[in-house]
Amino acid sequence: MHTLLVMNSMHKLTPSPVGSQIAAAQRHIRTPAVELSQATVTFGRGDNQVPALSETSLKIGDGEFLALVGPSGCGKSTILKLAAGLIKPTTGAVFVGGREVEAKALRIGMAFQNPTLLPWLTIEKNVMMPLKIVRPFRHEFRAKKKTEFRDRVHALLEEVGLKGFANHYPWQLSGGMLQRANLCRALVHEPRLLLLDEPFGALDQFTREELWSTLQDLWLKLKPTVLLVTHDLKEAGYLAERICVMSARPGRILDDSAVNFPRPRTVEMTFEPGFVELNQRLRGLIVEARSGNTATSEVRP
Amino acid sequence: MNEQFKRRIAAGALIVAFFVTWEALCILLGVSDLVLPRPSQVFTTLFTRINVLWPHIVQTLMTTMVGFACGVSVGVIIGSVIGVSRTAYDTAYPLLIGFSSIPKVAVVPIFVLWFGSGTVPAILTAIVICFFPIVVNIATGLATTEPEQEDTLKALGASKFDILWNVGLPRTMPFFFAALKVAITYAFVGTVLSETVASNRGIGNVMMSASSNFDVPLVFAGLFILAGMGVTLYAIFSAIEGRVIGWATRKNEIAT
Ligand SMILES: Nc1ncnc2c1ncn2[C@@H]1O[C@H](COP(=O)(O)OP(=O)(O)OP(=O)(O)O)[C@@H](O)[C@H]1O
Ligand SMILES: [Mg+2]
Repeated sequence: MHTLLVMNSMHKLTPSPVGSQIAAAQRHIRTPAVELSQATVTFGRGDNQVPALSETSLKIGDGEFLALVGPSGCGKSTILKLAAGLIKPTTGAVFVGGREVEAKALRIGMAFQNPTLLPWLTIEKNVMMPLKIVRPFRHEFRAKKKTEFRDRVHALLEEVGLKGFANHYPWQLSGGMLQRANLCRALVHEPRLLLLDEPFGALDQFTREELWSTLQDLWLKLKPTVLLVTHDLKEAGYLAERICVMSARPGRILDDSAVNFPRPRTVEMTFEPGFVELNQRLRGLIVEARSGNTATSEVRP
Repeated sequence: MNEQFKRRIAAGALIVAFFVTWEALCILLGVSDLVLPRPSQVFTTLFTRINVLWPHIVQTLMTTMVGFACGVSVGVIIGSVIGVSRTAYDTAYPLLIGFSSIPKVAVVPIFVLWFGSGTVPAILTAIVICFFPIVVNIATGLATTEPEQEDTLKALGASKFDILWNVGLPRTMPFFFAALKVAITYAFVGTVLSETVASNRGIGNVMMSASSNFDVPLVFAGLFILAGMGVTLYAIFSAIEGRVIGWATRKNEIAT
């Protein structure tokens, strides 16, 4: 019924310079919301150096929904932190909204991998925090709109199934509930760039599918740029316009595929042959990446 | 009867038992009231001479509160600077440790030399003796703030002040209250120390002159007053603490 079309921009991997492989898929992006240019990240110093990311180039178009998949520890969270301006690349450059990252040219919403809700604030106040910090809301926050903001927070909490928990403290919630509150905090200020680090990892399949649909609706409505890190290939296929597969640590982008299923997507679509085929191909790539035989940069000291 | 009420009863009972034992031992062993007066004597002295004692109580309390307030302010400012900046931490810590190692009795004569006897050296002594625990606790609280908690605000483009205000300071509150409770008792020690040496007013001075007149029950009355004021202020801060940092102790975790 649907014309399921999966475009694979790249062919089998050869241990050649990585940048050139990726370039093809990204050439069409004129105004990237996020651009990593030959970004390398090395944690620690001296003998304790951990190379987390090696010369990664990646462009994410304005309003694009990109999913990032790859084996654990390959540097996915590191890419998100680069985009959020929390860390600086050791070499190379990162541009967000056309500027070097510190400038904060875009309104950013970020859901961290570990829900980092502040323990001294109720869920409501935690979710409201971005409104207290981010322009233009922070001025309105003092002036008048506190009740309006509260309504917005409550609506959002209800949407993710946390109705009635607004006045609870984080320790009174389960892991999955915390993760949903964490997601609300990332969304509440309608960010132009949404950085989601395994936002549904601790949730059961059904809640997860519900939230996929919520997130898709939100994306279709507001068209923020989304960078989603996930281990769930089905989730990546359902939500994303483009899926990037990363190699084992130190991470590089191995594969960059467009996903052209029609919107709005449904869970039923994930059982259709084209979708399954995409899943299997990605799965193969990750298996290969995990075994490490594609890592060309292992030779560095 | 709930758990907390039981604990209060127990604490009260222990205090009563302490005084009863003291009284009984004094009577049984025939201890002279020049050596150790009985609690009943002390309380009698306290009540019959409250008119004379009252101005001194007020003096000591006010001096202590002023010294405490200044000490806390100074402590919070120094602690914040040291806690936020790694460089300031490393630079200033040795000096602070050295400073806090000085026996505070030794500084009273210096203050007297500079400011004469009376209220000013008492306030200053209270300040120098009580600000250090505040500094250490605020600095530790800020320096150990979890980077993840700061990152949530940094990603939003928050300023350094936003982060200090919304993450650093709230997180430091449990440390701060722990320090307050120590500092208030220290402030009393500082005030009384200075009053004993160089003042003609205050509970410290009363105890000093009473002991040179061998008015031992009055000396003990002074002690009781100090203990009473210390406990009262401690209790007040505990009560505030319970309200402000309930999140840290996870009150009402399980419904009963
Ligand atoms: N602050 C840090 N200090 C030192 N090493 C770090 C730090 N943060 C990450 N690393 C290292 O960088 C590598 C990449 O980490 P990152 O968190 O980006 O992985 P990830 O792809 O998000 O993994 P996962 O899927 O398990 O979340 C890891 O091997 C990790 O050991
Ligand atoms: Mg991660």
